[in-house]
Amino acid sequence: MRVALVVPCYIDVFYPEVGIAALELLGKLGVEVEYPFDQTCCGQPMANSGCESDARATEELFIRNFAGFEYIVIPSGSCTHHVRNKFIAAPLSEERENVRSHTYDIVEFLHDVMQVKEFPWAEFRHKIALHTSCSAIRGIFMQSMSERVHDPQFSKPKDLLQTVKGIEFVEFERPDECCGFGGTFSVTEEAVAAKMGYDKLGFIGKTGTEYIVSSDMSCLMHLQGCARRLHKDVKFRHLVQILNGERE
Amino acid sequence: METRDKILSSVLKNQPAHRELPQVPMFHRNPESLVSAFEKSLKYMTGEFVHRPPPDFAAYLRNKFPDAKIICSAVPEYAGNRKPEDYTNWSDAHDIDVTIVRSPLGVAETGSVLLTEKELRVNTIGFLAHDIVILLDPKNIVENIHDAYQHPAFREAKYAVLMTGPSGSADIEGTTVHPAQGVTTLTVIMWPVS
Amino acid sequence: MSAVDQAASAAKFIEDKTHEAHFDELLWMIRQKRDYAASQVPEWEELRDLASAIKEHTLSNLAEYLEMFEASAKRNGAIVHWALDAHEHNQIVYDILQSWNADALVKSKSMLTEECDTMKFLELRGITVTETDLGERIQQLDHERPAHIVAPAWQKTTQDVANLFARVYGSDPTKVDPVYLAHVMREHTRALILEAKAGMTGGNFAISETGAIVTVTNEGNADLSGNTPARRIHSVGIEKIIPKDEHLAVFIRLLTRSATGMPITQYTSHFRGPREGGEMHIVIVDNGRSTRLGMEKFWLSLKCIRCAACMNTCPVFRRSGGLSYGSTYMGPIGLITMPTFDIRRYGELPFSSTLNGSCSNVCPVKINIHEQIYAWRSVMDEQHQIKFPKKEAMIVAGKVLSHPEAYRIATEATETALKELPRFAIYNHFNPWGYHRDVPAPAKETFHQWYKKNRMRNGSA
Repeated sequence: MRVALVVPCYIDVFYPEVGIAALELLGKLGVEVEYPFDQTCCGQPMANSGCESDARATEELFIRNFAGFEYIVIPSGSCTHHVRNKFIAAPLSEERENVRSHTYDIVEFLHDVMQVKEFPWAEFRHKIALHTSCSAIRGIFMQSMSERVHDPQFSKPKDLLQTVKGIEFVEFERPDECCGFGGTFSVTEEAVAAKMGYDKLGFIGKTGTEYIVSSDMSCLMHLQGCARRLHKDVKFRHLVQILNGERE
Repeated sequence: METRDKILSSVLKNQPAHRELPQVPMFHRNPESLVSAFEKSLKYMTGEFVHRPPPDFAAYLRNKFPDAKIICSAVPEYAGNRKPEDYTNWSDAHDIDVTIVRSPLGVAETGSVLLTEKELRVNTIGFLAHDIVILLDPKNIVENIHDAYQHPAFREAKYAVLMTGPSGSADIEGTTVHPAQGVTTLTVIMWPVS
Repeated sequence: MSAVDQAASAAKFIEDKTHEAHFDELLWMIRQKRDYAASQVPEWEELRDLASAIKEHTLSNLAEYLEMFEASAKRNGAIVHWALDAHEHNQIVYDILQSWNADALVKSKSMLTEECDTMKFLELRGITVTETDLGERIQQLDHERPAHIVAPAWQKTTQDVANLFARVYGSDPTKVDPVYLAHVMREHTRALILEAKAGMTGGNFAISETGAIVTVTNEGNADLSGNTPARRIHSVGIEKIIPKDEHLAVFIRLLTRSATGMPITQYTSHFRGPREGGEMHIVIVDNGRSTRLGMEKFWLSLKCIRCAACMNTCPVFRRSGGLSYGSTYMGPIGLITMPTFDIRRYGELPFSSTLNGSCSNVCPVKINIHEQIYAWRSVMDEQHQIKFPKKEAMIVAGKVLSHPEAYRIATEATETALKELPRFAIYNHFNPWGYHRDVPAPAKETFHQWYKKNRMRNGSA
């Protein structure tokens, strides 16, 4: 199977270690991964701002880079949600639709496609607060949502992390309330975005946990910014870093 | 073109392609006791529940409403000192301490009772009174709201209300308080029609 | 008129720590109550599907149902009027009151009358209007618009209300007790209700088959306003029509559970005809709804039954305060409906959202709210409603991100290290990000640079 790795623009620039972890993890699992070097971005920042025409060229580049792959894997729920569900700035074509339908969040790829049941090299002897992004929950259904009270509860990120030796999950209030990032919202409505981030850190902080883990680095980037400003000591890790074997 | 025609033609022009009307199921769960379910629901809404007709109704009322001077009864089971017909000016029902009325229908799902102008005769006795006592034949309790809306009153009465517990409001900081504008207490007595 | 700057108003609201925390916690509690109520109804999701389908059917046959409703209402002895817009509605109501020589009106809550600014219109013409809904009355006495469509005064603390009533009614400001305050209100409003020559209500639903106007209240104030005076007026938007009582049942089971978490309101009232010697008027209002019906991406917003569940779940709304939207309808539903009333004034509202999607999932009639919010953003771009610096940033971003080499050059860390975030990621410099957060530190090398150094052979991936 031809697998391509997408490294979202903000991970490329600010958190390359997450891209490296994703690459290494897939390698450990025996997956031959290709990294189309000319990739840039999925187009989400422009599209979410309503500027579809400005997103077009970027989305067309994405299609050119990733056409022909059976699995296009992204360590980001928001990018995956965008490509699968909102990727319409480029004109309709078979290629575009193929790319859309072959795009997976790395959690989906590991959980549903490869059905990985253990990560023997992984060990994380810490209590963690698991934050799953709204895109992952309500966009691509990787976790049940609290407002749909009759749905069976499930969480694909948790399923994967639960196999890691020594890991413990803490419960916190409002577990699936939005963290406030929301893309360009985090700048255009920064007071609300920051308040939402502060509040989430507050709820998590009550548990005394040291680590906040997510399958979406964009949420963590926002929460990290809030935490540093508040001089909170909490650490942030992408799920792939833990599955890849980082000990802390 | 008259406004009516303007609106209707605008609606006709713009309305989307036809979508089917779904069938609405009755969602019956057939609880063991409709009376128990009704009692539970009524109490949840801060209503009071009495299992059977008090042997001495006058004494019951005196005991429950010691300060009540004006009791307006719309039922043959009790005489009271006012009848609804005494109020030719509906605003005057403001002086009623306790209204006694019979409801033709109770709803177990919510603890609601139905009242219309047929039972109230002067509708304001149901709202301007300080307290209300409702007689309900337990045989007339239906399971849920779907059942309730099958009652002909909704297609015949000029005014019909599903009343559920005493008047209340959560408008101040989300704290539910009783009463708001209407009755302070609402009591339902299981009272078979004689 | 300039666009409402919701973000700026929200920022101000957040600085008021007492009220922000109060509003956020209160509405989150209501959301949790809604969750509990929904959990008690095993067929909850099926009811939502039914409600959505009933509304979509009705809206797709609205002309027929409107005519049916009018015929039923007339058969019952009601007088039916039609109003194309807010002004016509207000004029009709005024004319009716004039015909009765009524200079005092008691009314129950109606968001439609807020939308039409009916109170101001009537008061300017010498009619005294008394809001009988406790929350509306509080706002009316404080000269403030409703901050929430279900509970207009929820932005106020009990102390705020105590202070207000002390000012207006001379009650005791140290008695910070909702029971006492509700009593104060009741005492003062009772007389006004008894003396009123005319009553007015809105309509939660209008039943086509029976010609009934249905209102739901906890207080009984629609029943008081509608029964105490012999003459009354009901105003209702065209989208409130539903076919029959059996359909009404579905909505009655969903509405209050979604709104406050109670199984039903204390008073579910059905007004079908005037009483002996009385009059019943119904004003059917369009005010842009028929136009919205023709908007392919946005007509589903007409399904709305005004429960405000979307507002209670919205993390942005809870922290912004209901008044920050400067509009009759706020929060998620406001974001997708207000632009239809005034695209210039409300052109920025669709951006007051993180697109998290919980609103769509609590909506009892399954309006795809978050998808419509997203769709409105494209409309704003097409209609040039997006502010210049932001649009400029998006144009630049689009250019940089579509050219691999330009992108790599823009993002590569140099020896002197990147001091600023790449311009394309943030508009107006990184300053807004940095007001309340630290800026992420750029890495020593990008993933691209790492990959090229460590994994690429012969310059190919």
